[in-house]
Amino acid sequence: MRRSLKYLALLGYLVFLAFPLLWLLSTAFKTPREMANLHPRWIPHHPTLRNFSDAFAAQDLTGSAARSLIVAVSVAVLTVVIALPAAYALARRRSVLNRIAIGWVLVSQVFPVVLIVIPLFIILRRLELVNTLPGLILVHITFVLPFALWMLQGYVRGVPRELEEAAAVDGAGRVKTLVSVVAPLLAPGVVAALLFAFISSWNEFFFALVILKDPDKATLPLTLVKFTGAEQAARLGPLAAASLLATIPSLIFFAIIQRRLRAGLTAGAVKG
Amino acid sequence: MTATQTATRPPRTGRPHARPNPRGGGDRGTLLLLLPALVPVLLFSVGPLLYGIYLSLTDARGGRNAVISFVGLKNFGDVLADGDFWSSFKIGLIWAVGVTVLQFLAALGLALLLNQNLRLRGLARVLAMAPWAMPPIVIGLMWRLVYHPNAGILNATLQNLHLLDHNVDWLNDFGTALPAIIVVGVWTGMPQTTVVLLAGLQGVPKELHEAAAVDGASVWRRFWNVTLPQLRPVIVTITSLDFVWNINQFAMVYALTQGGPGGRTRLPMLFAYEEAFRYGFFGYAAALGVAITLVVLVVLGFYLWGRMRESAR
Repeated sequence: MRRSLKYLALLGYLVFLAFPLLWLLSTAFKTPREMANLHPRWIPHHPTLRNFSDAFAAQDLTGSAARSLIVAVSVAVLTVVIALPAAYALARRRSVLNRIAIGWVLVSQVFPVVLIVIPLFIILRRLELVNTLPGLILVHITFVLPFALWMLQGYVRGVPRELEEAAAVDGAGRVKTLVSVVAPLLAPGVVAALLFAFISSWNEFFFALVILKDPDKATLPLTLVKFTGAEQAARLGPLAAASLLATIPSLIFFAIIQRRLRAGLTAGAVKG
Repeated sequence: MTATQTATRPPRTGRPHARPNPRGGGDRGTLLLLLPALVPVLLFSVGPLLYGIYLSLTDARGGRNAVISFVGLKNFGDVLADGDFWSSFKIGLIWAVGVTVLQFLAALGLALLLNQNLRLRGLARVLAMAPWAMPPIVIGLMWRLVYHPNAGILNATLQNLHLLDHNVDWLNDFGTALPAIIVVGVWTGMPQTTVVLLAGLQGVPKELHEAAAVDGASVWRRFWNVTLPQLRPVIVTITSLDFVWNINQFAMVYALTQGGPGGRTRLPMLFAYEEAFRYGFFGYAAALGVAITLVVLVVLGFYLWGRMRESAR
């Protein structure tokens, strides 16, 4: 009896967690005619892929997806390039900087975005970076950096210093040691940091909204929101399809690194 | 990395006796390695933070070449006298407290279930990941489809169950809009909270439970007197963080209601955004930002205080 109650509760959670996702899925495969039906059903009558082709055909969607990709890839690569040396320095040298950096990681999680966005906008405007992708990339890097640094630093500390010393004894130079001994061991950490930065940038909306005013510059989240402006039922199908497509990269990458994010979240209670 | 051990105390950095770098390089080398990371952080977050506080004391406007003059605390006086601010503040508080409390209760229930040997546990874990990974905008749009007055599944289901006899426009009705977005907030933030609480639960020593069971304590008493006290530091941490994240929530609500209907879901973030980028009141919006930050800091103080009390034990 008690056991069945527990299963009932678990079932309740499963329904609550799953039903919006299933509804998104269902809507994505419905014809416009069915969407106009006054009695919505779970299983599409005549499942169609047209919503997806419509979503692809909409120039603004593919264009903004391409821009999102450019931004997210740039953010991921640049973040790791910037964070890796810093992570190495922080992990290998004990100093006040270390504490400051860790403190900053925590502060960055609770950063007052509202307060910062206005001055940030003014600074970017002065640098002629408003309404440009590089402007958005710079801002994303800034806000992804602390957590990426934190992740990488953990990986660097996992590489025994003795390995480096051994390589040095064997006559390997500093650069050679880093490239051929340390780097391969850091590869999983680098991948995790890359994917984390990619997801963060790909999903980000607020800064994109403020920085990119021109529809020709909009990233995917911005274009998706504009999609809803016209709320006719006919547009809901392509909207659902586009939303699904927009989620896929994040979901896949997240699945790969979720263990790491969980560890990070529970360790410093830092958001992933 | 064992989750719960570190959850309650700040991670140690470095080793107890860090040896000097064998190759030298000195502090200048370290600084050189840190520099690329330091520049963007200083230029795009520390700098703007200070600049933002300065702006809140001026009459800055959105225009490009507007002359800025110092007005002292005038903006803060205006904020306190602004009825729109107070209604937004009230909504923000209901939202943040409501979502945080419900998130915590829902997540605690789920974590307790996941901590037991039940089937479907794996499925629940996978499902609980989705809200975490999805773009907040997509979460908002997805729930719009659920709440849609004609094409949405919620109205259809409730009518099938005869709980409702007409279509409700959940997100546009004055009475239902705020509760509707709170439900979405709970859905969105439950996974993180569950993960943290579950890690905490798994860190509760089994012996304590066994001892209490031997003493004849009921399941409920064991939960209340053993599990909860052990979880306390984890709970303090995650609820404080949840509160701050919820206060900072923007994208999801923007996608759901854009603050409508009639400002009923205009959270402080949305309010400040509109003041700054729709009406161009940069100085005033910066003051709003400072005010919101102060509220956040109070919560953070609570969070740190809880942590310190824990480590003092």
